[in-house]
Amino acid sequence: MEITKKIIEKHGLKIEEYKNIKKLLNRDPNLLEIGIFSAMWNEHCSYKSSKIHLKKLPTKGKQVIQGPGENAGVIDIGDNDAIIFKIESHNHPSYIEPYQGAATGVGGILRDVFTMGARPIALLNSIHFGSPSHHKTKSLLNGVVSGIGGYGNCIGIPTVAGETKFNETYNENILVNAMAVGHAKKDKIFYSKAKGVNKSVVYVGSKTGRDGIHGASMASAEFNENSEEKKPTVQVGDPFTEKLLLEACLELMKDDSIIAIQDMGAAGLTSSSVEMVSKGALGIELDLEKVPCREENMTPYEMMLSESQERMLIILEDGKEEYARKIFEKWDLDFVVIGKTTNSKNLTLKFNNKIEGQIPIDALANKAPLYDRKWVRKKISKKKLDLRKIKKINIEDALIKILSSPNHSNKNWITEQFDQMVMGDTSQRSGSDAAIIRIHNKDKSIAVSVDSSADYCKSHPFTGGKQIVCENWRNLIAVGAKPLAITNCLNFGNPENQEIMGEFVECLEGIKEACEFLDYPVVSGNVSFYNGTNKKNIFPTPVIGGVGLISKSKKKINHKLKNENSYIILVGKTFGHLDQSCYLKENFSIIEGNPPDTNLQNEKNNGELVFKLIKLGLIRSAHDVSNGGLIVALSEMAMGSEYGLKIDKPKKLQNLIEYFFGEDQGRYILEINKDDLNKVEKLLKASNIYYEMIGFTQRKYFEIDGIMKTDINDLFKINNQWYNKY
Amino acid sequence: MKSSVIVFPGSNCDRDIAVALEKMQFKNQMIWHKETTLPKSDLIVIPGGFSYGDYLRSGAIAGKSSIIEEVIKAANSGCLVLGICNGFQILTETGLLNGTLLRNKNLKFINKDINLKVMNINSKFTAKYKANQILKINIAHNEGNYFTDRKHLDELNKENLIAFKYCDEKGIIANKSNPNGSLENIAGIFNSKKNILGMMPHPERMIDNLISNTDGVNLFSSLIN
Repeated sequence: MEITKKIIEKHGLKIEEYKNIKKLLNRDPNLLEIGIFSAMWNEHCSYKSSKIHLKKLPTKGKQVIQGPGENAGVIDIGDNDAIIFKIESHNHPSYIEPYQGAATGVGGILRDVFTMGARPIALLNSIHFGSPSHHKTKSLLNGVVSGIGGYGNCIGIPTVAGETKFNETYNENILVNAMAVGHAKKDKIFYSKAKGVNKSVVYVGSKTGRDGIHGASMASAEFNENSEEKKPTVQVGDPFTEKLLLEACLELMKDDSIIAIQDMGAAGLTSSSVEMVSKGALGIELDLEKVPCREENMTPYEMMLSESQERMLIILEDGKEEYARKIFEKWDLDFVVIGKTTNSKNLTLKFNNKIEGQIPIDALANKAPLYDRKWVRKKISKKKLDLRKIKKINIEDALIKILSSPNHSNKNWITEQFDQMVMGDTSQRSGSDAAIIRIHNKDKSIAVSVDSSADYCKSHPFTGGKQIVCENWRNLIAVGAKPLAITNCLNFGNPENQEIMGEFVECLEGIKEACEFLDYPVVSGNVSFYNGTNKKNIFPTPVIGGVGLISKSKKKINHKLKNENSYIILVGKTFGHLDQSCYLKENFSIIEGNPPDTNLQNEKNNGELVFKLIKLGLIRSAHDVSNGGLIVALSEMAMGSEYGLKIDKPKKLQNLIEYFFGEDQGRYILEINKDDLNKVEKLLKASNIYYEMIGFTQRKYFEIDGIMKTDINDLFKINNQWYNKY
Repeated sequence: MKSSVIVFPGSNCDRDIAVALEKMQFKNQMIWHKETTLPKSDLIVIPGGFSYGDYLRSGAIAGKSSIIEEVIKAANSGCLVLGICNGFQILTETGLLNGTLLRNKNLKFINKDINLKVMNINSKFTAKYKANQILKINIAHNEGNYFTDRKHLDELNKENLIAFKYCDEKGIIANKSNPNGSLENIAGIFNSKKNILGMMPHPERMIDNLISNTDGVNLFSSLIN
């Protein structure tokens, strides 16, 4: 078959890239080989546009066992316990087929975690939709939420935290990012690096079908009006099989049978086989007629490019085949030796003893294109908002507008569709700053949170990138955890556009600066480019997933007020930054100016002291002040608790709108028992932390001296009504 | 007391119930669904989850599995049997309990803590609770909407075979406090001999104050005596 220009384009390859393939092979590739190159060289698998920038991120620290480059990142939480975690996007498939797209996103990220030997203990998600009034939003929302729940609930891993946001920038390209967190023994972690020649290469799990062929290439291109036609490239998930696969793999991992293991994720059999032997500087030979197939007459091309779910590739130690086979047969899963490792450094594909394709591993893995794409720095808005030019509105009305808006209304109607309690170790469910999971049979817990702020990143990518790491860090602190490391999912538009590439580079610079300062390294992650339709790119949306440690499980708190007559302290300075605030967005649809800057030194000092106070047992409840400012954070502490608040007017002469709605960073609200106040103030003063006493708790009402007085049950109702009307 | 937890492919609350049973001093064994004999047990538990992936209908395939014949035999000879969530669905599929569990009225999976009223304390499962005690217990299901025919419903009421009903925090049983559309707010029922209990809520999730509360403890401590 002649390789025409049309075939090359259909595989998402550039003509230059094709020429390079010919050079690497010293001949023309056949169709199977073209398919394999396209699977390995697309943006999703090769990181060709992002690699040179990702290298700049801090990935080391004494808490890090394994940084980026493996199936997931691994951190040390002491006593031979390790936490393995990663976040990944499934944006393109979820837009085309929301239920299956979201479900397989969850399935895929779970496999990344248990392939390394971890039992998954928590799932999180960050999902972004277009405007609620857009005609597709409602069905996409319902589909994605059901898909996430359908997979996690069935496999029996609690979905404990997440964020759901609406913005018209996602009208034609939603974001579905899923994060999985697992627990393993530090001395029982499995890697994907192949070792040794003539070792059995084993296929386990589901059979291969024609679903998902070219899925990774689809995820590496913009959408257009014909995207619906790409439905067949979306994989179909089966959480039941994944549950069997999970248990079978963990059972096999009790022993030392496995040399290397990798899940067949994006680009399926191709990427798993190539990546494993590439890491071990080996070759691999596969007998494709042995691949278990779900459909008849599947060709080598289809087998190598299928993204059928719930499959793993394992390289076994000599003589372990029968032992391993018994385990997989017990779980009614396929187990077939489909090839062996070689020292040829080639990927050799045979079908009924005939060589159908042969490619040097190096050409696929290390010679993939690498682009230093042109980028431009964002022109930063010099505009500063003039409050006097905006209509004056009542503080209470503005608050109600925010609390009842789609973005700020309570998301219980989503989280109630997820099993948050299965596995019996969820000690803080979603709805607080972070969720908390106890390590099974141990007296310690981890806290997890995912965060993003696309508006901030759009207006000032550097500040936005920095801010979102800090907010994530703060969310873990606010429940009493020591933040350890993050995973990131970098959702951006078309990298061939210089401005978009600039957003990417600058966001990364911000992330880097904050991570370095806070000793909060990046241990895993994923880049998703080409989020856009017909040249309309989404806002830059880096999503940060953080993990922290609570060394004594009881030393956890949440944001709900606990007592009457407690003191309320605001830690951190309030300058009244309103540009890019919810106040302006929700009340006046004004999206202008720069986001609030984050002073990293203050962030660190404030956070470390709050962490210390919680550890000492001096704080009853705590909440990070973020979107919506002080007044929204206070409302959130009161709503759903039994207590309200009586808050003073600011003592200094300050604009009330700026004071209550400003989104200055590095701030926490703390509830403190009367008896503990002296101790707390002493510690705050000793560390030179700026704080203000702003009021105390009371029953029933949220009250601001002379400004408003509202029944907390009414606020709760307002906060919960949006979805019922949607 | 000896207990056996049946593990089907797709069971996912098996570990949770084992933790609860061991905490309450049961000598527990996990029994794989392909086994053909059951060890001598005082209590058999069919845990929650998605046995056989909920294919065909929740509980349908598990209800025909080889181990389930042994469970039926043991139940008929008086052994205590507890089915939670998917376990309840499986028990209705086997005929050990009558009625069926339909999809939730809102057609969505529901996970939340609900209030539950103990309707009958004259059973080995509920003896330690107080009459009409209100519990807060977690539910997590897609098909928890209990339905049965008129005749059976009359029997349930007449013979006092309803174990738990959904209620509000004050104990009022009404439509408003019915999370899934269940007939008469039924959350759990006994068989006529009261040696079998099927319930949708998860008592094994309520045994530890750090995680939730301890409202589930008395169900297990009732059994241990």
